[in-house]
Amino acid sequence: MKLSSFKRALWVFHVASGSCNGCDIEIVAALTPRYDVERFGIRLVGTPRHADVLLVTGPVTRPMAERLRRVYEQTPDPKAVVVVGGCGSTSGVFYESYNVVGPVDEIIPVDVYVPGCPPRPEAIIDGVVKAVAKLEKLEAGETV
Amino acid sequence: MGELAKAFEIPIGPVHPALKEPIRFTFRVEGERIVGVDIKPGFAHRGIEFMGLHRNLVQVLYLAERICGICSISHPVALVQAVENAAGIEVPPRAQYIRVIVAELERIHSHLLWAGVAAHELGFDTLLHLTWKVRERVLDILEELTGNRVNYAIPIYGGVRRDITPEQYPRVQEMIRYYRGLFEELCDRFLNDASVEARTRDVGVLEPDEAEALCAVGPTARASGLRKDVRQDWPYLVYGDLGIKAITPEDYGTEPRGDVYDRIVVRLLEVAQSIDIIERCLEEMPEGEITFIPKIPALLAQLKKAEGEGIGRHEAPRGEVIHYVRLEAGKEEPVVWKVKAPTYSNLMSWYPMFEDQEIADIPIVAASIDPCMCCMDRVHLVRGGREELVWKEELLKLSREKTRKMALGNG
Repeated sequence: MKLSSFKRALWVFHVASGSCNGCDIEIVAALTPRYDVERFGIRLVGTPRHADVLLVTGPVTRPMAERLRRVYEQTPDPKAVVVVGGCGSTSGVFYESYNVVGPVDEIIPVDVYVPGCPPRPEAIIDGVVKAVAKLEKLEAGETV
Repeated sequence: MGELAKAFEIPIGPVHPALKEPIRFTFRVEGERIVGVDIKPGFAHRGIEFMGLHRNLVQVLYLAERICGICSISHPVALVQAVENAAGIEVPPRAQYIRVIVAELERIHSHLLWAGVAAHELGFDTLLHLTWKVRERVLDILEELTGNRVNYAIPIYGGVRRDITPEQYPRVQEMIRYYRGLFEELCDRFLNDASVEARTRDVGVLEPDEAEALCAVGPTARASGLRKDVRQDWPYLVYGDLGIKAITPEDYGTEPRGDVYDRIVVRLLEVAQSIDIIERCLEEMPEGEITFIPKIPALLAQLKKAEGEGIGRHEAPRGEVIHYVRLEAGKEEPVVWKVKAPTYSNLMSWYPMFEDQEIADIPIVAASIDPCMCCMDRVHLVRGGREELVWKEELLKLSREKTRKMALGNG
């Protein structure tokens, strides 16, 4: 995918659904000068109502499941969901817990998985770029 | 008028999933003034201790590492010490030095991370980007030494999993020079800036007697003038030989006032202290073995025979972390595993800190104990039974407007 296919700025909302902060700091690292995703027009926003893409980190804990669902519903269509990190993708080390109801795709539909514990900022950017491709297809009326 | 003057409540939270101990704040405010705060932790609880009781000790190590992504060596270091205590395992000196080096690298990255977040909460994003830019350098070294930017997987029972090779020494020394050269600029940017000072001086004050009574730990306690540091008071690993002294604002030449400004001072000075520690460790580190039992199956077999209880303490970037384990002979998994993270001790200091502050100061005061950054997800406003949601952005906007107003006021 070429960079020229970015038709507009992409706004991202980050939901931490019980994560350990590892992925969260890598997401922030992706925003700061070394990786600087803002040069592509990608920026974090403070509410899901402004977002095109949801970045979800963490295995979903019991109290977070309902809130995650609500955040997903508040995000306007077309939208894409990117799961960042191993525990959100597969539950990872957090199996057999009474308080973990994840992984994320059991709660909301997921489009892109970024594995790693935590994934590098480059991998997170790549995940968001894949989500862009999906959004553009959706906007063109294609099925994905 | 009487109606308006009544105190109302602002609940913040309830879920702050980025925290190790997620929190719900309920602020009672009169106008802009905070008159009381209630804190309720326990929302993003993953049941890590419970999971740990069903896995063997090496698997528990991976869980401990994932209690917190920022303190990803502090928890394992405390856990391995607890298990080594219980099982009577000796750690080779070189392994102890390597643990100290990685722990101090983590302190540098954690404090720089915090400083950037604090600047962001004040609306000083240029400073956020500057500190996070220089922070990448320590992450490069962590990646070089351990193979990962976060979650280093370095400690194992009885040693460490990776040695520091001779080719890596110069790169670490280069990093030390880089940070030494930067240190003055960084201090100048944070401590001599009029707007940072205006927003943090005498904000969120924690008096020394309050810090003592509420059992504050780490930089939060030290900023109030308590010389309290596990590395000094209860030396472990090789910290005893290194002669660590707890840092308070007095080392910067000012009387401790226990405010947010002092917490910035303490954390910045600790970055310099960690750099010195790493340099000394590199010089003094002896050659030799790095593990007690190199093969994992043999290690597990040895641990299975162990019986007893042990405590491990470590001075994490945020304060003292304690792990307690009890092992029984014939069992691969621990029978009891108890974790006390530093933020848990520091939570109570929020009560005196928030008292009499303004709503716009909530972000910086909450961040000042470094409760793991992105905690201010949303604010839940209840006004006369009507509920509305105020997002983090709005709080940030309030905070930034206050900075602007103060800057204009100062001319």
